[in-house]
Amino acid sequence: MELFTNQVLAGIATGAIYACMALAVVMIYQAIDHLNFAQGEMAMFSTFISWQLMQWGIPYWAAFVITLALSFVGGIAIERILFKPLAKAPVLTNVAGFIALFAIINSSAGLIWDFTIKQYPTPFGSSPFLGSQLISTHQAGMIGVTVLLLLGLYFFFQYTKIGLAMRAAASVPESARLVGINTSWMIALGWGMASAIGAIAGMLIAPVVFLEPNMMGGVLIYGFAAAVLGGLTSPFGAVVGGFLVGVFENLAGTYIPGVGNELKLPIALALIISVLVVKPAGLFGRHIVKRV
Amino acid sequence: MSAAEDVVTEAPAIDAVPKRAMTLGTGTSLLVLAVLLIVPVFVKNFIIFQMTMLLIYGLAVLALNILTGGSGQFSLGQSAFYAVGAYTSAVLMEYFNVNYALTIPISAAVCFGFGYLFGKPALRLSGVYLALATFALATAMPQLLKLNFLEHWTGGVQGLVVTKPDAPFGLPMSQDMWLYYFSLAVVLAIYIFSVNLLRSRSGRAFMAIRDNEIAASSMGVNVALYKTLAFGVSAGITGVAGSLGAIAVQFVAPDSYTITLAISLFLGMVVGGVGWLPGSFVGAAFIIFVPNMAEGISKGLSGAVFGVLLFLVIYLVPHGARQIAILGQQLVGRLRKN
Repeated sequence: MELFTNQVLAGIATGAIYACMALAVVMIYQAIDHLNFAQGEMAMFSTFISWQLMQWGIPYWAAFVITLALSFVGGIAIERILFKPLAKAPVLTNVAGFIALFAIINSSAGLIWDFTIKQYPTPFGSSPFLGSQLISTHQAGMIGVTVLLLLGLYFFFQYTKIGLAMRAAASVPESARLVGINTSWMIALGWGMASAIGAIAGMLIAPVVFLEPNMMGGVLIYGFAAAVLGGLTSPFGAVVGGFLVGVFENLAGTYIPGVGNELKLPIALALIISVLVVKPAGLFGRHIVKRV
Repeated sequence: MSAAEDVVTEAPAIDAVPKRAMTLGTGTSLLVLAVLLIVPVFVKNFIIFQMTMLLIYGLAVLALNILTGGSGQFSLGQSAFYAVGAYTSAVLMEYFNVNYALTIPISAAVCFGFGYLFGKPALRLSGVYLALATFALATAMPQLLKLNFLEHWTGGVQGLVVTKPDAPFGLPMSQDMWLYYFSLAVVLAIYIFSVNLLRSRSGRAFMAIRDNEIAASSMGVNVALYKTLAFGVSAGITGVAGSLGAIAVQFVAPDSYTITLAISLFLGMVVGGVGWLPGSFVGAAFIIFVPNMAEGISKGLSGAVFGVLLFLVIYLVPHGARQIAILGQQLVGRLRKN
């Protein structure tokens, strides 16, 4: 039983990473209706920027805020420059665009900061949290930040005018335009916010997985899986999905014989797919009714 | 990336698509075939090898095109089917001494079965969810091939070495050239099969499902059957490409069939034009040659150069090579009228 609780706790700790990433994925999905494959690389690049700022002697929180601002602007710039011209292109072409963006960011980060693994500081410290060996204060801090972020987003989308406008632009663009919402800029805003949330996720994840250009590869896959499991239309679902995926993965690694580190990912994905077969819109997703 | 739904609205969105939009005209086809037949006589073995790989990847992209462009289902798992085909051929040749040519129909059958069975649970999923499911298959495949109890057959991480066949009947040809003509024959047969498939009753059922699933089912199309069938056919063709690939490269190993391969095949389809079969080969050329070109331009930034080139292509022709073909056709039509 103790093994079980320990594994669940450890799962929740890694789940916090996935939850963070899933939140960023859902944000951009809300705004543009696509999964952004380059999301992880954007987050990695932001994290590198904050690392560089700290190398120049700027304190952690100042670097944090500057990075958020830069990522927000950067996200908007990417949308305006690269993806606005593709707005009328077929969806699959857009997906190809994300893959291209992925390659560009990954390769430039490698050239600027090279591929060696770098230490990344944590603002929360890394001593055991409340005497538990499995969750460190950093991981607890990460869970705390994820929950705060979620609450912030909830209030933003539910109670602010601009949040409402963004939701309208995403769900019925034509009607939104008719009531005077600038849908094109709402999409750009969505990119900016997703990029900033990704930056937060990157900065929280980096102390755990270490900083390098490929650090997000695995995390993004789990983040996608978590977002899809929770339902792509629900930020709350994404966070719950993240924790579930973390726990799933750990329990599969512990209790199913012959599952090493290698098979953890396929088994976690297989479980998620079995859930999706029963609930095709994810656990908390809205069912979208299509007209004929 | 709600692929399925959007292919629905996007595929018929180009107005100028003529009736037989998924293929080339007879004249053009024969011309291309003649070029493909003659060129190897004049070039070096290495270039012949690259042309063989072009045909093989083209075949794999074509298979994805039937699935996505035809039936509107999106797959990131093509590398898994490719791997199954490659391993089927390699194992049969290595342990059972089966003739290489005979292994191809066998792997087609094996992969068809595999794809058909995979299509069953995938029926309930569409768009992003289907993409995730197929993606899971693609990430699982290399790990499954490395499993201990399969190692006796698959050779584990080391993989298997495949012998390249000699030209039969004492034909005065290098191995590479023979393999090229052999692949060309197989590809041609499958291409003709695919064109006819899409023009047949089943092909129309695929497209009806792609354009509107609910409408298709109310017209009497058995949606479940045709969706799984599309998966099966696509997997079968990908399996053949995998077999040919294994014979051409003379080597199979789990890490040659990762998600990167599936993503390349997807890019090939987009560059060639979704739903346009001849474009598959243009797309294959893109995914084979452009990464090499990018490496030639800048070693350190090859990924970035590749990304920029890809962006250029999708800006200029968002509908892929198909768009160029349509423009060309209209131009010829206008010239004839004058």
